[in-house]
Amino acid sequence: MRANCWYGKTMISVEEVPDPQILNQRDAIVKISSTAICGSDLHLYNSFIPTMQRGDILGHEFMGEVVEVGREVRNLKVGDRVVVPFPIACGNCFFCKEQLFSLCENSNPNAWMAEKMFGHAPSGIFGYSHLTGGYAGGQAEYARVPFADVGPIKVPDHLSDEQVLFLSDIFPTGYMGAEMCDITPGDTIAIWGCGPVGQFSIRSAFLLGAERVIAIDQVPERLKMAEESGAETINYEEQNVYEALMDMTGGRGPDACIDDVGMEAHAPGLIFAYDRVKQAMMLETDRPHALREAIMCCRNGGIISVIGVYGGFIDKFPMGSVMNRSLTIKTGQAHVQKYMRPLLQMIENGDIDPSFVITHTMSLDDAPRAYDMFKNKKDNCIKVVLKPDWNGHNGGGVKDDSYTVIH
Amino acid sequence: MSTNQETGTIDQDETSLSDDFAWQSRSGGANYSVERARPGLPSTSAKRLAKGLGWFSIGLGLAELLAPRAIANISGVSNKHTGLIRLYGLREIASGITIFSQEKPTEGVWSRVVGDALDLTSLGMAARNPEAKLGRVAFATANVLAVTALDVVCAMQLSNGSNHGIHAKGSCVVNLPPEEVYSFWRNFENLPRFMRHLESVNDLGDGRSHWRAKGPAGMEVEWHATIIADVPGEVITWRSLEGSDVDHAGAVRFERAAGGRGTIVRVNIEYNPIGGVLGAAVAKLFGEEPEQQLDDDLRRFKQVLEVGEVVVSEATLLGTGYMQQRPAQPPATSELEGAEMLPSETATNYRSEGDYGTEGRFTQR
Repeated sequence: MRANCWYGKTMISVEEVPDPQILNQRDAIVKISSTAICGSDLHLYNSFIPTMQRGDILGHEFMGEVVEVGREVRNLKVGDRVVVPFPIACGNCFFCKEQLFSLCENSNPNAWMAEKMFGHAPSGIFGYSHLTGGYAGGQAEYARVPFADVGPIKVPDHLSDEQVLFLSDIFPTGYMGAEMCDITPGDTIAIWGCGPVGQFSIRSAFLLGAERVIAIDQVPERLKMAEESGAETINYEEQNVYEALMDMTGGRGPDACIDDVGMEAHAPGLIFAYDRVKQAMMLETDRPHALREAIMCCRNGGIISVIGVYGGFIDKFPMGSVMNRSLTIKTGQAHVQKYMRPLLQMIENGDIDPSFVITHTMSLDDAPRAYDMFKNKKDNCIKVVLKPDWNGHNGGGVKDDSYTVIH
Repeated sequence: MSTNQETGTIDQDETSLSDDFAWQSRSGGANYSVERARPGLPSTSAKRLAKGLGWFSIGLGLAELLAPRAIANISGVSNKHTGLIRLYGLREIASGITIFSQEKPTEGVWSRVVGDALDLTSLGMAARNPEAKLGRVAFATANVLAVTALDVVCAMQLSNGSNHGIHAKGSCVVNLPPEEVYSFWRNFENLPRFMRHLESVNDLGDGRSHWRAKGPAGMEVEWHATIIADVPGEVITWRSLEGSDVDHAGAVRFERAAGGRGTIVRVNIEYNPIGGVLGAAVAKLFGEEPEQQLDDDLRRFKQVLEVGEVVVSEATLLGTGYMQQRPAQPPATSELEGAEMLPSETATNYRSEGDYGTEGRFTQR
């Protein structure tokens, strides 16, 4: 089969590799119909996540048709159309029983690597370095899905791939980012980062009862999409974020702040240079500008929800602000399995149509160009869907008609 | 062997008893223990001495590096050689760092011995220099000789321990009641399903078992073992029989975790070679990092109990060590034939064998 493999910093290539087969009895093999590139794939593409190996297949947002099931999979059958959650979870351990699926104790065979880095290991993740298990990813024609009796969710035929694909990651991730804010009616939520996850946090915050959502980014088409969702926006290249937020909230600050950016934050001026130099010299692994700013801006007693991905260590962390002002920090990789069913219900009810975030649909074979386009925000790229058997126009990537803002 | 057969204290020798193997049974108030000396571990005193020598290295090294003239003066050698003294200073510092960076500083201390030899040679040459102050050179030489003696003693003590055996302990939490976790372990024939170094264990009845392990270079090691203590839901200890090639002991304790959140499983494993080529092979049974290997074994143990089989990713088909990682892409069928755990060993799903049914199986809410 063809699969998008990682070979080094910004070096990826679609290669012919062996077809997957059942390795554990609770596996299923899925023939992939749609797969997406995630912002967190760019951390791998940019080589900020350690323990990658040449030839690793990338991709953790995918869906398709079940073509084979292991002996112990009793809830799925060949032909079922499923969306696969990005964390791999056994469903039997303490954390799975607590619905903390991205902390599954049994799905990461390389737990020892993660323990060296994090103290304890998170669950396995598809196509996301050896630290999270070393599982082949879903930017491919087929994928082996472990614990197929727990993760994949069957989706009805009347919903398109584009409508349900993001149940695999960015919709639940953005939703959990908003849910961690414990939103009560009337709340004002500030959101750093208007990438695909940020877009879902914005919509989720409104769905959960926020009155105002203030979105922060510097990319015009992303800010425009945020405005389309009903958010007020701050372009940090043009305005001082703290001053703008204080102005908008009468000096009190937002009730909760969501960091939808993570470890590769950009910031104007010297602070960015400081963090970028330290990161390059391995003195800190992550650039936490958005997080620092979110903490300083949040109102007293508010909540900081960190859903953007961090990999290692940060410095100049304003702990004094957190402690003296009774802030609460909540964080985690999304426990996707917990959210898939209720969010699918919302899609079916018409509360949200996740396809709004797609700007480009391309062939799997175009993965290297798609990564470059996504990373460098070329052609107003916000979210790319790759299809293994795409026979549309392959020329420049295809803009989705449903998204008209960028024209 | 009937349970609770061996109550009371078993053949204890207080001086050589390893604490890790002496456990108090909470229900019976009796001691279940396996008598073991532990020649495999370097003595604390050798380690402490090594640390002292490490500090000495760094102190002397800094002095040589920063004040080579003073050092030349004290040792009575010509102060034309400050460059060489500085170089020796760097060497001393390197030895010191090596000692502190190793869990077991054998190499670091041996590097000091080599350094001592260099120092002595240099002092010998310096003594022939007409500018040398012979009295001071002799005093310096005597000092170096004294330190050399210490270095050699310490290095030999550390080296002695190196081939003598393995002791590893580890623990994990399994999301099942102690009785169920116990009964899985008590069937020793299950052990090779999660312990990588074991080929097979055959229960011969009456508490006795026959063990086969994979040594390095395809070597096979076999022994017979017998159960020493066996309290259902609490503890199992076993040891190899007299006359085996391998002196092996193991103990596993099962504790109800706080709040009834599963069972804490604590394991101690010990291998002491008796001698010869086979002895050396046994020392390598558990690899270079025995505790890491035991941790991995326990992770697989938990997987078999909670999930039903050992969980593999594409990258870990050949093992979970750094060197065993393969790219995260599907294996060719030919590669699967060489895979250690697959597919034959994981073919039977433990949880589906009827032991626990699918009762605990996750249902999506």
